[in-house]
Amino acid sequence: MSDQKIVEKLKAKFSSEVLDVVVYRGETTVTVKKEQIVDICTFMRDKLGYNLLCDLCGVDYMGKEPRFMVVYNLYNITTKQRIRIKAPVTEEDASIDTVSTVWGTANWHERECWDLMGITFNNHPDLRRILMPADWEGHPLRKDYPLQGPDREPYQGRLS
Amino acid sequence: MAVNNTETMTINMGPQHPSTHGVLQLILELDGEIVVKATPHIGFLHRGIEKLSEHRTYHQTIPLTDRLDYLAPMSNNLGYVLAVEKLLGMTDEIPERVQRIRVIMAELTRLKSHLVWLACHALDIGAMTVFLYCFRERENITDIYEKVSGARMTSNYFRVGGLSADLPDGLEQEIRTFAESMPAHIEEYEGLLTGNRIWQKRTIGVGKISAEAAIDIGITGPALRASGVDWDLRRDNPYSGYEDYDFEVPVREGCDTFDRYKVRLDEMRQASRIILQALDKLKPGPILADCPKIVLPNKQDVVNNIESLIHHFKIVTEGFKPEPGEIYQSVEAPKGELGFYLISDGSSHPFRMKIRPPSFVNLQGLPQMVEGRLLADVIAVIGTLDIVLGEIDR
Repeated sequence: MSDQKIVEKLKAKFSSEVLDVVVYRGETTVTVKKEQIVDICTFMRDKLGYNLLCDLCGVDYMGKEPRFMVVYNLYNITTKQRIRIKAPVTEEDASIDTVSTVWGTANWHERECWDLMGITFNNHPDLRRILMPADWEGHPLRKDYPLQGPDREPYQGRLS
Repeated sequence: MAVNNTETMTINMGPQHPSTHGVLQLILELDGEIVVKATPHIGFLHRGIEKLSEHRTYHQTIPLTDRLDYLAPMSNNLGYVLAVEKLLGMTDEIPERVQRIRVIMAELTRLKSHLVWLACHALDIGAMTVFLYCFRERENITDIYEKVSGARMTSNYFRVGGLSADLPDGLEQEIRTFAESMPAHIEEYEGLLTGNRIWQKRTIGVGKISAEAAIDIGITGPALRASGVDWDLRRDNPYSGYEDYDFEVPVREGCDTFDRYKVRLDEMRQASRIILQALDKLKPGPILADCPKIVLPNKQDVVNNIESLIHHFKIVTEGFKPEPGEIYQSVEAPKGELGFYLISDGSSHPFRMKIRPPSFVNLQGLPQMVEGRLLADVIAVIGTLDIVLGEIDR
């Protein structure tokens, strides 16, 4: 089944949820609203065969509205196809439902996303910091977080 | 006075413990010798590579990728440069010689990584000799690394669009001799371990994980293939010319530590085959793509003509600027699927680089593989998962 057909099936099922479809360098990216993300992901896994969640991450588009994007890179081990789902998340309500009930692997990815990007995952079983120390303040991968860390003078040399 | 004590005991393993392969900390809740609950704690080696890359040009990020899985630096380099090339849309312009050399180095890297895995895994379980044997062969690969890149571990050899240098004279023959000798060495390791009753008792049936559970938790690479899932990115989503080579993807159904051991040994045999085929197909040719705005020009041209000088100046001071867009590129690294998700906003720095490290995801499967088993099995399972903390913590 081609990517186009998969997108059509997704659109047929969730017509009001799909915001945008982009094909770039042969990769299909579908942007969806965040409200029904668990249903969409369950549909992708059960009906369209995307049984492996390769990667989940947050992206900070500071200055744009909505500010964050949660990205799901999916893979179908049977047909060897990839697809990408993205869901926008606003700064005021930086939260989205967890998909760790759909793919167990999302557990640690979501912890990392919360730790580094500050996006909360509702109903997550174990939302703790994972890479930074437990008492760390702030979320280092946000664009407004200084590269040198919070309590150091900015580096004056060239970092190009 | 008879006391029937049923309390569990919580013990701490790592982060300074040789069998946790780096700085992994495990909090183990024990009922006698049985593990009731295992909680991994990671992040002790976090260096913020993803954050750093947002402040460096695309080329300046290559050395950072060496420091992910430091036992397999060239696989990381390969994944990253392929991702940038895909972002730039220049995948088809990579010269044939470059692709062949990349495959040779990537497969040598697979051997290198698997050798360290076998050495440490066997040592953890108590087989000392294998460690010395494996490091003897690994030394040859580090020597080859040193000859091509100048560094024994952090190679930084691949470039966007090609390689930093061609293979030095005589090295092709050296690689060939090594790859031809490798199957016999693998027989040696098998002779020490496969039929060994202690090894069998420590590995067969230990750390079982079914195919469904493994896919759910995201396990990839040899660990997934030992659970009966026939999937290898080199064959199924080929990159860098892997479709030209004739190799088998070893798959086993046992789902346990022993079968993961067998799958990795078979992979090493296949890696030697691929290296020999690539050497047969290797022909002289350019080692950089003909893309003057991306690839640094020949030094001779820089001093002799103005155009090359300008390109050189622009690439060094600014770097190249891919069009806005986003791509995901993954390679079959020795430990599993290594993915790079790159977003460009049109500037000369990655807007966002997300690394999908195989060890990070595979480690997540550890609790369900050890819970209900003996404490000693934890050591075997850490070994069989083949984790590297540099990659997990980034």
